[in-house]
Formats: sequence, structure tokens, C-alpha cells
Amino acid sequence: MTIVSWIQIGLYMVALVAFTKPLGMFMARVYQGERTWLHPLLSPLEQFLYRMANIKAEDEMDWKTYAKAALVLNLFGLLMVYALQRLQFMLPFNPAHMLAVPADSAFNTAVSFASNTNWQGYGGETTMSYLTQMFGLGVQNFLSAATGMAVLAAFIRGFAREQSQSLGNFWADLTRTVLYILLPLSLTLSLALVSQGVVQSLQPAQTASLMQPVTDEDGSKIGHQTLPLGPAASQIAIKQLGTNGGGFFNTNSSHPFENPTPLSNFLQMLAILLIPSALCYTFGSMVKDTRQGWAIWLSMTLIFVGALSLTLWAEQQGNPVLSGMGADQQAGLWQSGGNMEGKETRFGIANSALWATATTAASNGSVNSMHDSYTPLGGLGPLWLIQLGEIVFGGVGSGLYGMLVFAIIAVFIAGLMVGRAPEYLGKKIEVFEIKMASLVALIPVLTILGGTAAALLLYAGIRSIQDPGPHGISEVLYAFSSAGNNNGSAFAGLNANTPFYNVTLGLAMLAGRYWIILPVLAIAGSLAAKKRSPVSLGTLPTHTPLFIGWLVGVVVMVGALSFFPALALGPIVEHLMLK
Amino acid sequence: MKKTITHNRTLYQQAIKESFFKLAPSKMARNPVMFVVEVGSVSTTLLWFQALMSQGDAPAGFIGAIALWLWFTALFANFSEALAEGRGKAQAESLRQMKQQAPAKKLKRAWRKEGSKPTENDWTQVSSTDLRKGDFYLVEEGDTIPADGEIVEGIASVDESAVTGESAPVIREAGGDRSAITGGTRVLSDWLIAEVTSNPGDGFLDRMIHMVEGAKRQKTPNEIALNILLAGFTIIFLTVCATLLPFSIFSANASQQGEPIALTSLMALLICLIPTTIGGLLSAIGIAGMDRLIRRNVIATSGRAVEAAGDVDTLLLDKTGTITLGNRQAVEFIPVNGTPIEELARCAMLASLADETPEGKSIIALAKEEYGIQESLLSAEESNPMEFIPFTAQTRMSGVNLLGHIIRKGAPDTMIAHIQSQGGTASDFLKEVIDKIARSGGTPLVVAKNGQTLGAIHLKDVVKGGMRERFAQLRRMGIKTVMITGDNPLTAAAIAAEAGVDDFLAQATPETKLKLIREYQQGGRLVAMTGDGTNDAPALAQADVAVAMNSGTQPAREAANMVDLDSNPTKLIEIVEIGKQLLMTRGSLTTFSIANDAAKYFAIIPAAFAPIYPQLGSLNFMGLTNPILSAVIFNALIIVVLIPLALRGVPYRPLSAAELLRNNLLIYGLGGLIVPFIGIKGIDLVLSLF
Repeated sequence: MTIVSWIQIGLYMVALVAFTKPLGMFMARVYQGERTWLHPLLSPLEQFLYRMANIKAEDEMDWKTYAKAALVLNLFGLLMVYALQRLQFMLPFNPAHMLAVPADSAFNTAVSFASNTNWQGYGGETTMSYLTQMFGLGVQNFLSAATGMAVLAAFIRGFAREQSQSLGNFWADLTRTVLYILLPLSLTLSLALVSQGVVQSLQPAQTASLMQPVTDEDGSKIGHQTLPLGPAASQIAIKQLGTNGGGFFNTNSSHPFENPTPLSNFLQMLAILLIPSALCYTFGSMVKDTRQGWAIWLSMTLIFVGALSLTLWAEQQGNPVLSGMGADQQAGLWQSGGNMEGKETRFGIANSALWATATTAASNGSVNSMHDSYTPLGGLGPLWLIQLGEIVFGGVGSGLYGMLVFAIIAVFIAGLMVGRAPEYLGKKIEVFEIKMASLVALIPVLTILGGTAAALLLYAGIRSIQDPGPHGISEVLYAFSSAGNNNGSAFAGLNANTPFYNVTLGLAMLAGRYWIILPVLAIAGSLAAKKRSPVSLGTLPTHTPLFIGWLVGVVVMVGALSFFPALALGPIVEHLMLK
Repeated sequence: MKKTITHNRTLYQQAIKESFFKLAPSKMARNPVMFVVEVGSVSTTLLWFQALMSQGDAPAGFIGAIALWLWFTALFANFSEALAEGRGKAQAESLRQMKQQAPAKKLKRAWRKEGSKPTENDWTQVSSTDLRKGDFYLVEEGDTIPADGEIVEGIASVDESAVTGESAPVIREAGGDRSAITGGTRVLSDWLIAEVTSNPGDGFLDRMIHMVEGAKRQKTPNEIALNILLAGFTIIFLTVCATLLPFSIFSANASQQGEPIALTSLMALLICLIPTTIGGLLSAIGIAGMDRLIRRNVIATSGRAVEAAGDVDTLLLDKTGTITLGNRQAVEFIPVNGTPIEELARCAMLASLADETPEGKSIIALAKEEYGIQESLLSAEESNPMEFIPFTAQTRMSGVNLLGHIIRKGAPDTMIAHIQSQGGTASDFLKEVIDKIARSGGTPLVVAKNGQTLGAIHLKDVVKGGMRERFAQLRRMGIKTVMITGDNPLTAAAIAAEAGVDDFLAQATPETKLKLIREYQQGGRLVAMTGDGTNDAPALAQADVAVAMNSGTQPAREAANMVDLDSNPTKLIEIVEIGKQLLMTRGSLTTFSIANDAAKYFAIIPAAFAPIYPQLGSLNFMGLTNPILSAVIFNALIIVVLIPLALRGVPYRPLSAAELLRNNLLIYGLGGLIVPFIGIKGIDLVLSLF
């Protein structure tokens, strides 16, 4: 943990905070249907789209209609991506003549991109045509992100409204999210990335002659190299901003064409947490008490910094086995030190650890280093952040609504402790809300542990495991955690592109996304219909350091209690064995 | 004292017996957490048999010990519930004794209300169980009242000690606010005719018995919500434990040493992890909360009302009886026309000598204490014959005729008329004084001697001692107090300011009360109020927590969701505290229960997996020799340790929500993390002695 790493992390946090308020305020205006400075430019387009699709933005929906609209859109997107993959061989924009994707992989990928997971069982540049990448995956990158944000907007309205049956219009929320938030931000970011050398082209892969031919293991000389191209920059921008994470290239953001410079790396990392962080402010602004938004933000940040510190410390310590063999792993003038296996030298320990933490805190899943190569404790941080349920910043929209559901549980217990029927932001938390909130807390645990157990029992599951013993458990546990919480990052080391994993992980992704969205919207509907109790001294304040600490405690405790035994048999025992 | 000890012994014996009966799966299934404990106990017992017969997956002694303590866990939880119920049952028993069948004098249909006492020909002798709603009955001196009723005729003194525990007889009469009578109480004098208001088995006493027995106890909304959350936790831990088996099979294969986790250890882990502490004590907490109300002589018709009481943020309090002593007290003599103040005091005292009302007594007390008028000073005059003139509705003044002097006191308008009729005049100064007293919230009396005004007495509504502090406390708890009074706004404002309430409703009528409650509720507030009159019934029905005085009318008692047997309006504040305590106990024990799990993991996980991965032994930093058994024993014993807390409730202090949360988090959250480490280590040390 060098001073330089802390300076880089400090810079990152400062940049994140700086953007949170202005962007959050802007998004609050968008979701409240107020005018923004982008309206003169985009409002005609918005109105045109409504007219085309015959949408009346003022027509409000109750929670069931809202949920139905969201599910229909996602189902349509899922089918579209599936069809594109299966039929890409006969469709245009396929210069490399890619064949149809196998059914199980196509299903997995379709679910993956519809559910904002962006788990990739396939290698992008060797499987997908440009058309599939752009109209299938690229479009889903926007729509799945916008779905999460729209659901969040409806959820916040549940708190903001009083005695109301409706939560807003899904189609309007979706259109506004894409038009006013995602598109302008992606455009800006992709231009910035192109300036750093990220490729953006519709040309097929280029072949270049090597200046220094090499000989491979078989003894054959290699004189040429294939340079993959494609519309990468535009896709990378939304992949980061929409917490999608699906890379254009297989090695994701460790690929030099996807993430060439320290600046592009910084911008991409910032983009990962940008919207989830700003949405906290949006929440505070929409419920007319920005302190509440900052309290949630701080709770997330505390857990984030805790996990980051663990990973950074563990990675900088290096590999104890190597130390035992006399290798110098100290940071010094000439080397970064620490565990550099699976990390890009141009990013080093700090930027790899920061990226790994950010990408798993948010349900992003893009990587710039190989998480499988992390030290056991270094990999534990990202793995556990995913297992907390992707609520520490989390996916755009989904992270915050997940955290707010935990806040509801925290308020319920704390409310009892102060002798009042619990209420959050003036809304009484009663049987129905607790029922739904329990589901939200329960489903990821069931999918992750159930899926992992099934894989470890079946030959089809065990066969794909690369490393035996504790590390093998980590690999499978990571895969199901990533899918069940819609993160999408891979630990690697597990051959997940098999029918077994494609199907089980696909189902985990479906459960982790839609079985959460439904109870969340149900809570929103129930809350919106309630009266608001006035604040008094008897009301539990939910913006104080005490409550922030309590919320962090509840999240950490539930996460720890649910996964401690599994982690003990995975990374923890692996760490103890290394010593 | 001796009686309570034997009483307690039978109570405990009964509870121990009950806790075994409660093991019936049909009863356990009502509580998901404890049901899982029972399933765990049964399966470990089966594993024990298996180990005894042939090869078990662990030593039979170990499995047997675990099974035994798992059964204890279930029994301890049942014991807490049985103990809480037992306390109420004893009370129900004594209530039931007076609910024996009583003969009733049912009036014939032909009988018409005619103002005179019915004769023997007008009624027939029936059993109390034959009376139905709408029947009329007669009760006479010495009769037991056969059923709840509303008096239609007569006035009588009634001994209600069976219901209220108060030995002084009370007056019950037709009309007005004291027209309800309760079945099982006894008429001491005179007679009454009443209309039956409830069918047999449905009366007030029956409901009371049901409530204290907990027989009709339904889970309250908040309890249901907590139960769901606990069930959620239970499912999470079930998943954790169920999936641990495949994990350990894979690990054992991979490390090629050790055996997969023993089923007994897995069961032990499961029972330790699920929130048994709160799950086991939850129903005892609810019953005990109700019991605390009953001990304060308040009967709630639903548990929901008790919970809502904790939640109330607006209290509507009747001025008379709740905030003020209910009778006016003399606080000052104000002479006019140059009368010496001693003369005024002396005459006021003389005029009040025969006045038995609290006002009259307070005038004498004031004259003695403040102006030193001794009875000895009067003695000279006292020897002379005094002719006392009592207060009548016609004259509206009282006084004394002594040595030819006519001394009178009374309300200003009557007195002014009296003075003028005697040829005197009322000065402007007198009128000014009268006005001033009225404006300050007091009641003026005028004293005159032989038609000459001597001065005025300032009678004041005296605010009860300690009310101001109490209201300040309530304010700190976030509860708003509103005083309800029939006084004019001027008087009301003065008293409100003196008592320190947050708001007041002056010149209150049943309609304005109802309107006020609706307004508060519209603003999202939960309102509690007390009432006794029939005209209070609509407001009582509207309020979230409504406490009727037992002395009140039947409609008021029907509309309310609680009845205060002592008819003490101040009790509303205590009811709120009991409600809060109930919720706090639930929340605190939930936090404690979940926080306990951390220590149990550190005890059980290393031990359970040590055969596969000996390296995990370094997590056993407590250095336990019998880790799994110690954790299970701790888990069972902590229930017993916490029973007193569950029955008593966590101590309540009137603090703001933020302070309460800080205190309870420190005690039950942090304490819940630390205590089991110490407890498990301690139990392990004891076990290692054997």
C-alpha cells in the first residue's frame, strides 16, 4: 500500500464525489419531468418517439402495469438477442463470417444482456458479428441499464408520493433515461476514449506483419498478427456507464485496444461508479431530503473503501509462496511489487485493485486484470462485494433499490428498538413490505448457494473446474455469485461455456434480476399508497452517522452470515494454506 | 409473602408441564423458527439411535448430547411462553370464579318502563345464561348482576371490586356517563332496571378472561412482520447449511482427507444460526406486554391496540381529571371597597364552614394557611348560634347567618343580583377583578356581608403536580399533547400554558373532537384519547388508541379498544410506554439474536471442517475443546437467561429515538456480538472439567 496508490485512490474518490451532485440533480429533474438544459435539443426527438410509439407520457401506471411493461420490454430484448445470434450467419455486417452461436450459449448471452449482467461465456471477437454486437448487445447495453434506472425511479416515487396508486410511466422513464442520461454521457465518454486510442471502426480485422517474427511451441514461425477491430469505443462507453461490463474483446478492458492508457483507464473506472453514485443524490433530491441520499451514499462508500483496502493490502503483500522462495515483492523505485500475476503492468496494483473493487461493487463486471490470479484474500474482497447483493453502488438503478430494500430491513429492526412501528422516510414499514424485502434478501442467497452446490455435486459442474480444492470452490462460487447478482465479471479458471453452466447460470441471472424487480416494484406500489407520517423526535432519524453505521452493519452481517461457511471452504482456507 | 412463593412454585410447575405439551408439532408449526428446532431435535435423536444401533457419523455420546440440548432449546422456548401465559391464567381463574351462573330477574314483555319499581308479577326467575341482548332485567339489593347491561331506570351503589379491585362502591344510574353495569358485580343498595347488552359468553368479563388467558391472542401486525423476517433469516440459514454438505463433499474429495461434515454438526450449526433466541421468546414478549397492561388494570380488546399505543404521536387529554385535579381551589382573596384582607378571609371562611365541596374546603385551607385566620379567632362567634345556608340550585349561593350578619358567597352574577337586592352596588373595580380572574383561567366567587361587597375569591383549576415534566418528557419522545376542554379559549389557553401542553381544543364538543382527530390522522398522525361519555363514543371509535374509563357508559366502552378499570385518565401515558416497551423488547432481542451468530460461526466452522482442512483450526481463536456442544448449550441457555427480560420488557426511558437507538444498539448489538464469545468459552471450560 504505497503512497502513490492512496493518491490515485484519493483522486478517484474526489472525482466521483465531484460528479455525484450535479449529475444526480440533473437526473432528478429528468425523472420528475422537469426541463433540463438538454431539453431544447432532445425534447423534439422525445416527443417524436412518443408519437411514433403511441405513448402518452402523462399516463401513469400502477406498480403491476409498470412491472408488466418492464418485463415485456426485457422479454422482447432477450428474444431479439437470441434470434440475432442464431441467425447472424445470414445477416449483414458479418465481415468475419461468424457462424450461428450454439443454442445454450445464445440463451445464456441473451439472458445475460437483457438482465444487465453481461456475463460472457463466449469470446466476443471470435463469436459475434458486428451486427450482433451493435444491434443485439449494444442496444441491450442501453435498454437493460435504462430498465434498472426506470425501476429505481418508480421505487423512489413510492417514497416521494403520498396516497397515490401510480408510480409513473415506464415507457417515458425508459425513453428519458436513454435520451437524456445514457446517450449524452456515452457519446462524451466514447469520444474521450477514441482520443486515447480505443478503436472505433466497421473494418474487418487487419493483418499486420511482425517486425520480429517469433517461433511458437511447435516450432512454426509466426510472421503476422491479426489486429481485431470494430465499433469498440461506443460500446465500451455504455458498457461502463450502464454497469454492463460486457467487453468488446474477450479480455475486456485489459485489451490495449479497449483500454490503452492510464487516462482511459481512469475514465472507464470513473464511468463504472458514476451513475450509481449520482443516483444516490437523485434519490435524496426526489424525496426532498438530500441528507437521506448522502447517508445511503456514505454507507456504500464505507463498505467500498473497506473492501478496497483489503484487496489492495492483500495484492500489495504479494504471494507468500514466492516470498518464501526469496523473491523480492516489495514496492520500490523500479518495481510496483506485490502480486502482479494476471495484472497489466501499465495499470499496476493500485489501478487493478481499484478497478476490481469498483467493477464488483457496481454490478459492472468489466475487468482490467484477471481476478482468478489475485491472492486468496485479494479475490475475497471482490467476491464478497458481489455476494452482498450488488448493493454497494451496484448496478445502475438496481444497486440503489437493492440498498434501499436493505435500508427498509435495517429501519424495521432499528424502529422496533426505539419502540415505534418502523417507518422509513415517513412511510410505515409493515407486513407486506417486510415480506417483499425478505424475498429480495433471500433470492440471491438461494440462487448463489443452491447453484454452487448443484455444480459441485454434478459431474457436468465439476468437469469445468480448472483448479482443485478451495480455489475450485472459489471459481464456481464466483461464477454463481456473479450471475445471481447480475454482475457478470468472471473469476476465470472455470470453463463456463458448457451447456450445463450456460443454462444454470442463465437461470441464475433470470432469477437474480426479475425476481428482485417484482418485489421491489411491489414495495414501491405499497409505499406510494401510504400516508406520510410527520417527523418528530420520536422518529428514527435515517441520516445520522449512527444509522449509517447500523445500515452498514446490517448489510455486512447479512452478507457475512450468508456466505461465511462457503467462503471459509474457498478463499479463506486457501489463504490459510498459503501461509 | 408465603402465599406468593407457593403461588410461584405452582406457576413454574404448571409452566414446565405445559412446555412439554407445547412440543406437539401442530403447536410448534405456528412458529417457523421453533418448528425448525423441533425438526432438528427429532432428526438428531434419530441419528443418535442410528449411532447406538450401528455406525453413526459421529460418536454416539456427542450426538446424544447435541440431541438433548436441541430438545432443551425447544423446551426452554415453550417454557417462556407457558410462563407468560400462566401469569395471565391465574388472573383469569379468579375472574371466572365470579362468573358462576347467577339467577336473573327477567322482566316480562308486558312490563313497561313507568318510573316505579316492578313488582314480583312483572318478572320471572331465569338463569343468567338465558338472557339475550335486548332483554330487560331487574337487580335489587344484594343481587349479582347477571349480564352486562345499560341502566334504563334507577340508581344504585354497586360493588365492582371483582372487576376493578377497588373496594369502594360506585354509583350507577340511568342516563349520564355512568350507566353501564358489568355482569358479575354486585348491587349493594337500591335497585336497577337494565337492558342486556351482550349475549352469554360475549360479555365484558368473558372478553377479559379471554384476553388475560391469551386464548384468543392473535398475532399483531408488527409481530407478523417480524415473524416473516425471522422466517426469511431461517430460510437463508437453511440454505447455508443444506449447501454446506455438497461443499464439504467436494472439499473432502479435493483435499483427499477427512470426511464430509457430520449431519449432527450440520444440525447443530443450523439451530445455532437461526434466530432461536428471539424466535423462542417472541410469543412470551407479546403475552407479557398484555400482562403488563392488565397489571395496571387496563384491559385491551386487541393486541393491535397495544402495539399502536407504542406508536401514538398525538395524545388527546381531557383537561379535567387528567391535567388538572378536577376541582377548583382557592388561591387568592382580593378585597374591594377598602375591606381589610383579613376581614374578607374571615368572612369567606365563615361562609364556607358548612361547604363540603372541595372548593369550600380549599377556601378554608387558604384562609388558615395564607392569612392565619385561626379557628380560635372564630371561637367567640362560634359559640353563638350559626344558621348555615346551603347551596341550592335556586339561590346559587351559600353562606351563614351569624349574629344578624348575612354572609354570602357565590358566582358573580348571582351575587351582584343579591347585593343589588340588598341595596348595595357592585363597583367597577369588582367587575374588573372578576374579569381579570376569568381571563387568567380561574373562576371568581364574590363574598358579601349584609349586602356589601367585601371582595372576590380566586378559584383556580390546579394543574396536577409533575404534569409539566411529564409533558416535556413526552415531547422529547416526539409525542404531541393536546388538551381537550369545554372551557372558553381564554381559560383554556391559560391552563394549557401552565400545564405545558403543545396545543388545546377549547369549547370542545363531540363533533369538534371527532373533527380534530380526523385532521390529525389526515396528517399521518396516530391519535390516542380517553373518554367516558356516550358522546365520546364516535371520537373513541375514530381514534387509533381509545381508552374508555370503566366508569363510563357502555357505548363508550364498546367504541374503545381498551378499558381502564381504575378510570384514571392519566394512565394513557403509561399505556403508551407499555406499547413502546413491547416493540423495543422485540427489536432488541432480534438484534441480539442475529449478532450472536458471529461467535457461533467461529466456534462451529473450524471444528466441523478441521478433518478436511486442519488449517481452519486457526480460526478457533477461542481455543475451544468442545466447540459445537458449547455453542449449542449456549444457544439453549441464553433463552432461559433472557426470559426475565422478555417478561419484564427492556427498561424504558423517555428519550428521543436517536438516543434510544444508540443505547439499545450498544447493549444488544455490541453486547450480542461479545457476550456469546465469553459465554461459549465459559461453557467450554465447564465441559472440559468432565
